[in-house]
Amino acid sequence: MTDVLPPSRGLTPTAARPRVNWVKWGLISLVVAYLALLLLVPALNVVVQALKGGWASLGTVFTSRFFLNALRLTLIATLITVPLNTVFGLCAALAIANKTFPGRTLLISIIDLPFSISPVVAGLMLVLLYGNNGWFGPLLQAGEIKIIFALPGIVMATIFVTMPFIAREVLPALEESGTEQEEAAATLGATSWQTFWRVTLPSIKWSLLYGLILCNARAMGEFGAVAVVSGNITGKTQTLPLFIEEAHAQYDNPAAYGAALLLGCLAVVTLVLKYLLERNTHVRRTYH
Amino acid sequence: MIPSPLQSLSWPWRITWVYLTFFLFIPMVALLLRALTLSPAEIWRIATDPVALSTYNVTFLTALAAGAINGVAGLITAWVLVRYEFPGKRFLDAVIDLPFALPTAVAGLTLSTIYSNNGWIGGLLAPYGIKVSFTRLGVLVAMIFISLPFVVRTVQPVLQEMEAEAEEAAWSLGASPWQTFWRVLLPPLMPAILTGVALGFSRAVGEYGSVVIIAGNIPFKDLIAPVLIIQRLEQFDYAGATVVGSVLLLISLLALLLINFLQSQGRRYL
Repeated sequence: MTDVLPPSRGLTPTAARPRVNWVKWGLISLVVAYLALLLLVPALNVVVQALKGGWASLGTVFTSRFFLNALRLTLIATLITVPLNTVFGLCAALAIANKTFPGRTLLISIIDLPFSISPVVAGLMLVLLYGNNGWFGPLLQAGEIKIIFALPGIVMATIFVTMPFIAREVLPALEESGTEQEEAAATLGATSWQTFWRVTLPSIKWSLLYGLILCNARAMGEFGAVAVVSGNITGKTQTLPLFIEEAHAQYDNPAAYGAALLLGCLAVVTLVLKYLLERNTHVRRTYH
Repeated sequence: MIPSPLQSLSWPWRITWVYLTFFLFIPMVALLLRALTLSPAEIWRIATDPVALSTYNVTFLTALAAGAINGVAGLITAWVLVRYEFPGKRFLDAVIDLPFALPTAVAGLTLSTIYSNNGWIGGLLAPYGIKVSFTRLGVLVAMIFISLPFVVRTVQPVLQEMEAEAEEAAWSLGASPWQTFWRVLLPPLMPAILTGVALGFSRAVGEYGSVVIIAGNIPFKDLIAPVLIIQRLEQFDYAGATVVGSVLLLISLLALLLINFLQSQGRRYL
């Protein structure tokens, strides 16, 4: 074939098309198989295993005391972490966006740093700081304040690992919208607080929401950092991911998969919201 | 790093620095100062203890393998999602982010069930003597899972920007598909691929949740460094945990430098 029509190969439909389609469908099947083995089958397995014992057994899991305590702790930690990180993320983005100062790039890298640090190392840092053997250990013991093996430690660990989410989504949005509208508002006599609520916030709301969704998903699912600082006391300092690990270790599959189903639903909601935001708005996906 | 007077007075600026100091700088300093209370000889002894060395081996080599596999698979996935139209494409595109959204404990749990000897996929591999759950292969599967989205998401935008014209030109000049791929397509994509691999590697090195559940956590076999840190802490061996933690932190910072370098290389292409 090639020795007949070498240069016009791409122009002869009969010769080129079947070959291209073969490559196309081959690659598509390869990708589908890869994603099925790693993502789709495992996701399906969560649902199948959770419903194996029927709805009644799932109901028993969802009403057990340890499960409810774990769920409550996860929700409390998330409800403290996400608003704090939102305030930080907005402040950091406002402080950096549309400004030039020496060390700007460095500051952005520093804000991104928690994503590069192993969550276990983050937890270790907190133990070395606030644990009984840590720098502030004697001081905290004297004041009878518990941080490690208690809620404050869990919250601090969660804050550490989810710190960059909001800032990194809001920063590009602020840079894109510029400063003209804010300047106009200021000339018209708006206070900086009014300008923020009426002008800045509406222009970045979708990016903020995007960051919130990602931050929330990670906060509810964080395992490594929390595992180090929580002490994993069943019913007291056990979050949902730790509950799953312990149930699995004790071969209590219904409990492990019941909790996994709940967190899996969270993941699905996260993905759907993310998809809708990406499709209907101009939110950029930032992966560094 | 001296900000202008106006910036140093603004509330966002102040809150940012207080928050960073309290939640990031002080904890990092605590780790480094703790490591410095040990003598260099002691640090070296703990850092190169045989168990610690074996965990670096398992952690870094497996993370590197996961990164390489995802480098190739991610490139093909990005290519398929950008260049082809097929039913279910949007669904697949959305599903790629599952590892970012799914808590790692859930990932570890379901992967360990599926890849165990009587699981859906593990059961197919068991007759050939391939064991995945509770072995180093299981660590690899978990690491591939959690680092899967990175290469896809770094390559996708670059591929979207690239004109099909260069490939068509190569084709019409008589290049084979293979030549077109190696000489025309791959070079401009390389920085994005390497950035994705480095991001995935750095995520896999630090991963705890999914690996601890799917692995057997046996020293010299499938024990990873983050799990070793937790084991040392449980034995109240703070020096041991601190040194291994510092080694991990150092590697993370080096990976971050590499990523920044690769990204600046990538900008030159665009």
